[in-house]
Amino acid sequence: MLRKWLMLAAVVVAVAACETSTEETAATGASGLGGSGSSGVSTIPSGSLSGQPYGSTGVQRSALGNPAEVERELVSTGDTVFFAFDSFSLDTVAQGTLDRQAALLLKSGGVNVNIEGHTDERGTREYNLALGERRATAVKDYLVAYGINPSRIRTISYGEERPAVVGSNEAAWAKNRRAVTLVVGGTAGS
Amino acid sequence: MTTAPISAALRSFSARILAGMVLVLALLSPAAAELRIDITRGVVEPLPIAIVPFEGGNAQMSATGEEMASVISADLERSGLFRPLDPRSFLQQRPSMDALPRFADWRVLNAPALVYGRIVAADDGRLKVEFRLWDVFAEQQLAGLAYFTAPSNWRRIAHIIADAIYKRMTGEDGYFDTRIVYVAESGPANKRVKRLALMDQDGANHRFLSDGASLVLTPRFSPSQQEITYLSFAGGVPRVFIRDLDSNRQGAVGDFPGMTFSPRYSPEGERLVLSLAVDGNTEIYSVDLRTRATRRLTNNAAIDTSPSYAPDGRQIVFNSDRGGSQQLYVMDADGGNVRRISYGQGRYFTPVWSPRGDLIAFTKILGGKFHIGVMNPDGSGERILAEGFHVEGPTWAPNGRVLMFFRKDANDGGGGGSRSRLYTVDLSGHNEREVPTPQDASDPAWSPIHP
Repeated sequence: MLRKWLMLAAVVVAVAACETSTEETAATGASGLGGSGSSGVSTIPSGSLSGQPYGSTGVQRSALGNPAEVERELVSTGDTVFFAFDSFSLDTVAQGTLDRQAALLLKSGGVNVNIEGHTDERGTREYNLALGERRATAVKDYLVAYGINPSRIRTISYGEERPAVVGSNEAAWAKNRRAVTLVVGGTAGS
Repeated sequence: MTTAPISAALRSFSARILAGMVLVLALLSPAAAELRIDITRGVVEPLPIAIVPFEGGNAQMSATGEEMASVISADLERSGLFRPLDPRSFLQQRPSMDALPRFADWRVLNAPALVYGRIVAADDGRLKVEFRLWDVFAEQQLAGLAYFTAPSNWRRIAHIIADAIYKRMTGEDGYFDTRIVYVAESGPANKRVKRLALMDQDGANHRFLSDGASLVLTPRFSPSQQEITYLSFAGGVPRVFIRDLDSNRQGAVGDFPGMTFSPRYSPEGERLVLSLAVDGNTEIYSVDLRTRATRRLTNNAAIDTSPSYAPDGRQIVFNSDRGGSQQLYVMDADGGNVRRISYGQGRYFTPVWSPRGDLIAFTKILGGKFHIGVMNPDGSGERILAEGFHVEGPTWAPNGRVLMFFRKDANDGGGGGSRSRLYTVDLSGHNEREVPTPQDASDPAWSPIHP
């Protein structure tokens, strides 16, 4: 079911990508950004690198996002999607949020993200680790289907260990069943 | 008169205690109507037992002797099978190790069982601890043993004596000379600090193994008790680690392309079984700890996790939602012959095979409540032993008669963590006791018997 839907989404996204051709590759010029892998936002030494021209020598151009700025934009556009109980399907609200995330990431080449999957406390610790991983992966698959290079996305599950809202009631649990997209710095590639 | 059962019991018992420590003082056969607790019955009226403070040669030894009697009393009392009598009621304050007790003095107290002992300094600086267990009404000695140990080790000898009394009275192995590894919790709910901690089963000798810098979950003992395996977020990736308890050396297990979690040792300790999540799909693998060779045991789009070996190592029980909801499944150790065993109402999690092999303990969620229960390995005979807002993670005492788990309260939303504590419950479900911990606690794992 989900797989079929994802394939459909991939087709739609591929069409969209042809129209806009938003994300271009930049095999050159992206070195020195550093900050790969580890958690936390890495800072870019000076100024914004976005829109830096590379001339017209056949080298494709990419807009390299400033991770701090991208993180701010990500928060304002919605960095979190929510899930139903024991579910990892993305409803229309979640898909809308992820469409905006994907658009932002497409125009912010070189910025990598971590997707954190979380659950509410109404399960066992071990099952919830697996469920959090499913949720993070569902978000990753959606962004990849949209056209984001999978090498820019890492997933991590916290299971029930890091609630966003503290409390043992349905309102708190609904806010804790989530996946959060976080900028973790930039690297070469798109 | 037959001494065979006692000597057989002593043989298996002495195999477990500290080397070179046991000396049989005297053995008499049990009477025809022997004093015995049948723990296979549902609810047992606790057996009154008089435990006299152990006699010491000097003030310091006497103080230790008093503490040893307290530790033995507390062990036996928490089992729910014994009711230690108040020492202030004793008519004979100081029974001699070298003479018969005044049985009449104990009969009037209605104390069918009597324990007393003596601590003397051995020539080599060690303690020599002796004790006798008497059937007051039959006027017969049921056990008489002596142990040599370093003075600092007196608590352990008290637990070993409690085990000997438990075994003599119930026919089952005791579980008091054991330890617990668990996760100590502190801090606000959204930044909970979790540390590995180790303690005796009664909460004594508590120490932290990790400093809380990395989130750690689900520690479990190796069969030798030399190591624990657990989940750590150290390095930013949740992975299964092994830590040596003596050297505190630790390291991640294997080089997997995704999160590894829910580890447990095989019964012989040569292998781990764990879950690996790749691309959102969680499967069960085994890892040979010598060769580091890994083997995939499940192959299913569902979540397959919380594996636990049968004590003979031939089968694995695990948790899967492959049928649409979380249920318990058993497979052969090579991954074949998978069959579902849980068919009751609700969703089932965290199956743990009893060290005796006769039962599987689990966490169950039904009607908004969590439950701890047991079922036969074929799924029949389900019994619920504890329930509440959140009870989770059963672990077996090595004798397979008692479970420990954690009980977490609903959070009041004030920002702090939920109160979470460890509890034991026996298979009757009627004797639930809190295990003392210095702060909030979860994810307990009971050690095997001391080697």
